[in-house]
Amino acid sequence: MTRRTVVDIATQVAAGSLSASTVLEENLAAIAAREHEIHAFNLVTADKARERAAQIDADVKAGKKVGRLAGVTIALKDNLCTRGVETTCSSKILAGWKPPYDATVVRRLADEGAVVVGKTNLDEFAMGSSTENSAFGPTRNPLDTSRVPGGSSGGSAAAVAAGFSAASFGSDTGGSIRQPAALCGLVGVKPTYGMVSRQGLVAFGSSLDQIGPFTTTVADAALLMEVIAGHDPLDSTSLPQPAPQLVNVLARGVKGLRIGRVADMPEGSSPDVLARLDAAFDALRAAGATVVDVKLPSMSFGLTAYYLVAPAEASSNLARFDGVRYGLRVDAKDLNAMYGATRAAGFGDEVKRRIMLGTYALSAGYYDAYYGKALKVRRLIADDFAKAYEQCDAILTPTSPTVAFKFGDKTSNPLTMYLCDVFTIPTNLAGHAAMSVPFGTGDAGLPVGVQVLAPALGEATMFQVAAELERSS
Amino acid sequence: MPEPISRNTVAKVARLARLDLTEAEVDRMTDQLAGMLEHFRDVDALDLSNVQPLNQPIPLTNVLRDDVEQPSLDRDEVLGNAPAAQDGRFRVPPIIGFEE
Repeated sequence: MTRRTVVDIATQVAAGSLSASTVLEENLAAIAAREHEIHAFNLVTADKARERAAQIDADVKAGKKVGRLAGVTIALKDNLCTRGVETTCSSKILAGWKPPYDATVVRRLADEGAVVVGKTNLDEFAMGSSTENSAFGPTRNPLDTSRVPGGSSGGSAAAVAAGFSAASFGSDTGGSIRQPAALCGLVGVKPTYGMVSRQGLVAFGSSLDQIGPFTTTVADAALLMEVIAGHDPLDSTSLPQPAPQLVNVLARGVKGLRIGRVADMPEGSSPDVLARLDAAFDALRAAGATVVDVKLPSMSFGLTAYYLVAPAEASSNLARFDGVRYGLRVDAKDLNAMYGATRAAGFGDEVKRRIMLGTYALSAGYYDAYYGKALKVRRLIADDFAKAYEQCDAILTPTSPTVAFKFGDKTSNPLTMYLCDVFTIPTNLAGHAAMSVPFGTGDAGLPVGVQVLAPALGEATMFQVAAELERSS
Repeated sequence: MPEPISRNTVAKVARLARLDLTEAEVDRMTDQLAGMLEHFRDVDALDLSNVQPLNQPIPLTNVLRDDVEQPSLDRDEVLGNAPAAQDGRFRVPPIIGFEE
């Protein structure tokens, strides 16, 4: 099957040279052929998608104006609310829940003519880096089914990598878009905090979460970002400004840009990944950029700060799953017993572990020692980035320390799994922009992702660099 | 940093979090949390005495909307998702009177 890009589909469907139904049926055929071995989806909404595609084709035929994403097939991580369509967060505690509203991002995509093919699998409540923590079973990497697709948005990454949809959306709290994008050979974007509305994204770490796209090209990601970004009055942390212009910066090149190389980068990356990072610096240098050494001394403390801040916020956010308003209820003699029994039965091990860690870090007597300290480390990391960005316009690091790993490799000790996110976490703590771009292959012929970091609201520069890397790869 | 986390503390935190953990889960959680908290001691190497905590990466203050009536969610649609509802309300087990 030929890979159709978002830009190609939108252009051709709007022009009437390709039908939305044809695109959709290609994707549904791919799903029928391989979904049983990949398990990218919790739910495939084929009927709704066919209705939607037929409507778009009818609109085109009737000469009506169609949106910027007419006929573009997308998959949505199953923590994005879709009105009347089951949204589970891959947790037993939410099984059967049909949200009474659409997430802002979902509404904006629909308004521009996108066709939703289904809801994708994730680590339960987005907690994990391999999609092995889903209550509904793991997702497999379409490039090598003995390996994980990354996580937590593993289903969204796998859906695009397997040709089940032209693009997909995930959420990124500590790397959950960028790491699976890297492991599946895709482009994945974590926007500046507040650039994309979180309304209708089931909250994990409210000061860290952002929604972003998975695509096969940088241009596709730029177009999707222009559609989903911009102020939303329904999210009080949404930045009061319009979506950035990204499509028109892609051809600018990197001449004159200063690209930071982290001189004191945390260790532990495998040689194949570091070789691709070196090649990325060479490519940008060849294209006219200068490479400068910067220091981020607090970067290696990011994991510690994150694994206190994120569980603390999660323990508070997940308090709402109590068997009263939605999802699972385990009956018991009184309200408190019902809460305890429902939450014990509904949450998986990793979610319980993080609720416990977060509750502990916030509890009287321990707050200053753990949560309070973590917030101070968070400040140091933001300050380090601020200093680094005085010397450079963007920074390159690996996205993931290794290529896609095998199932079970990192499940015995939670800390080894957490180390997957060492390069992605600092950006979430600082609230900056970051994206992963495929840049060649490493061990076992598997894709390596290079991470482009930019300051808050630095998306235009970030996309310029990403487009150059794509041209050189 | 405080003392290593004890089994009693883990059991207490589980009660605070409204999570009925089994005895085996409390044991396992005690080991795992102790391991993580031990790892987190790496930040003790940092001097944080004059550092201000960072709560929100990009702070916005007092974000309020205009006080204009807007439609709210459809009540039947919302209650239709509830495990139990009655007379337009969420139905829950007794709140008081069963403490052990």
